[in-house]
Amino acid sequence: MPLDRKTSLSIFERMLMIRHFEEAVIDLYRQKKFVSHYHLYIGQEATGAAVLEALNEADLVCTTHRNHGHIIGRGCNPMRALAEILGRVDGFNGGRSGTLHISDRSRGFLSTSAIVGGCAGLATGAAFGIKSKRESNVAVGFFGDGALEEGLVIESFNIAALWKLPVLYVCENNSAGAIGPQQGGYPTAISAAQSFTQLPAAYGIETVKVDGADMQAVHMAAKTAIDRCRRGAGPVFIEAVTLRWPGSSPLWPEAATTTDMRAAWEPSRMSGPHVDWLRNHDPLLRAARELISAGHASEQEILAQDEAARARIAAAATDAMESPFPSPSTVTSHVFHSARSG
Amino acid sequence: MRKISYAAAIVEALRQSMAEDPRVSLVGSYVLGLGPKRVLMDQIRAEFPDRIFDPPTSEAAIVSLGAGAAMAGARPFVDIGTASFTYVAWSPLVNEAAVACYMSGGSQRVPVVYHMLHGLRGGGAAQHSHSPQAMLWNAAGLELVLPSSPYDVKGLIRSAIKSDNPTLVVNHARLMDIEGDVPVDDYEIQLGRGDIKRRGRDATVIATSFIVQTALSAAEQLAKEGIETEVVDPRTLVPLDRELILDSVKRTGRLVVADETNLSCGIASELSAIVAEHGFKSLRAPILRVTRPDIPTPFSKPLEDAITPTAERICAAVRQVVAWK
Repeated sequence: MPLDRKTSLSIFERMLMIRHFEEAVIDLYRQKKFVSHYHLYIGQEATGAAVLEALNEADLVCTTHRNHGHIIGRGCNPMRALAEILGRVDGFNGGRSGTLHISDRSRGFLSTSAIVGGCAGLATGAAFGIKSKRESNVAVGFFGDGALEEGLVIESFNIAALWKLPVLYVCENNSAGAIGPQQGGYPTAISAAQSFTQLPAAYGIETVKVDGADMQAVHMAAKTAIDRCRRGAGPVFIEAVTLRWPGSSPLWPEAATTTDMRAAWEPSRMSGPHVDWLRNHDPLLRAARELISAGHASEQEILAQDEAARARIAAAATDAMESPFPSPSTVTSHVFHSARSG
Repeated sequence: MRKISYAAAIVEALRQSMAEDPRVSLVGSYVLGLGPKRVLMDQIRAEFPDRIFDPPTSEAAIVSLGAGAAMAGARPFVDIGTASFTYVAWSPLVNEAAVACYMSGGSQRVPVVYHMLHGLRGGGAAQHSHSPQAMLWNAAGLELVLPSSPYDVKGLIRSAIKSDNPTLVVNHARLMDIEGDVPVDDYEIQLGRGDIKRRGRDATVIATSFIVQTALSAAEQLAKEGIETEVVDPRTLVPLDRELILDSVKRTGRLVVADETNLSCGIASELSAIVAEHGFKSLRAPILRVTRPDIPTPFSKPLEDAITPTAERICAAVRQVVAWK
């Protein structure tokens, strides 16, 4: 069943916000406004946006070092997320987390772990918490394909399956098209498993593999999975496959591409070394074409929506830059929760 | 003498060890981190393609694998990457590698080297900035090597690989780019042999790893004020060159210990306790520690700066012990 207009446009809006947010992050890094290695979500927008669209407000989310897309896709305040990346006092975490550990507890984000696989264990625990409180919400753990190399993740699958926990594992496989270290590139998935879905399937976990750039396929898979979790039928594992974004070096991404929305329907506007990615794999341009062909939006409407998202992010960046740095005298705050921190 | 970078000195030591001993293999090819210096490893990759392995992101398994391989007679050099990831591998490190020799009544040797990059690196936040060497020191049975210069890292890695014990080479992310004199010829620095990095009569500063560099900057500054600081670098914590430390304090009578591990139960605490116990008669002032406070690492730059043991903080501590009557 095709996606209805409202759902399609809502997913697209989340994707637009993520893309322009990430482009703003690249821009701020180029201006040397923050120091750190950082990880972007460009190329994976359809996965995060379509899964997050399927969640309720009370559902819990665990994410990773590549968290920006999940934070923005969930609708968290982009000014506060940018302020956090800049280490400012108005950031979601008061400058403690930076890019690696952004979390917005008010929107269901638990601790954001940059330890590979860490979030899968936390999401499993969140689901255990939900089940022990007899609630009907679900926990979602987003992680990359590399997380399946960690023992903790495999151990968590076993427990989630044994105890039928309401957890949705979303494995964002972004290793397709990546260049490994043998060819002078960066680390990528190193696994003897021929199919990632076989790993959770061995424990009897329901699995599904989807094209991560297909917002409709991802949304349908997520909805079905979440319904199953809510029914108490146990965990689900979705593998969403995305072709690696050409700017995605693991530590210091480069804007190898900047989004030109008109290129969605005017392929002649695409040029440069990444034209194949733009033409065939950019999930944002693909979603725009799908909205048009389904009759959900006109070219003009898409351009207007794109412009509005750009403007919201630009305003967020301006406001974030105006936020002050935290005072060094506060550095010892928050080691313990308020009842104990002196 | 020829000057090369710390990263290039590591590569030289690894290359020489692999050329000399076919039992040496390398598990993990990002020993130099993921920065631009990583390409220096290409030389080893080209020369020993069948003895360098890119493992999955499986810290517990590769640490265990290294221990098992060493027990079976191989000499693996295992790169854990960022030191914070060591915690994922805590059990094979502390429950297996560290205790196997003792548990076997001395019949089992574990000649493995584990390598990691520790410390505050600028924006690493709470999960990429750890310095686990104090906790590792607390797990009896592990040799702990903390080279602070290009010269030291080459000679110490050569010895670490030849050691019959599990040895941790704990390097600092900020040391990779520093340049220094390194002989082309092969040499080893015996584990347990410390080094006086700068002579001085007024006060002793003990430091390891990157903080040695910080202490040397502090000593420069203090010299301009007429305070001559001796900078003592134990180079290895296990085994520890106690003589060198106690002898220096005997000459200066005043001690500051500067370190990047936390204040409580940190490297500075243990070294201070050793001097208090065994060098009390030499002391003419209380021992001061310059360390990180007991808090996780914050991301924001002014907050990270606030917890960093800097040359200014070392200078202030030295002035304080020198002024003590």
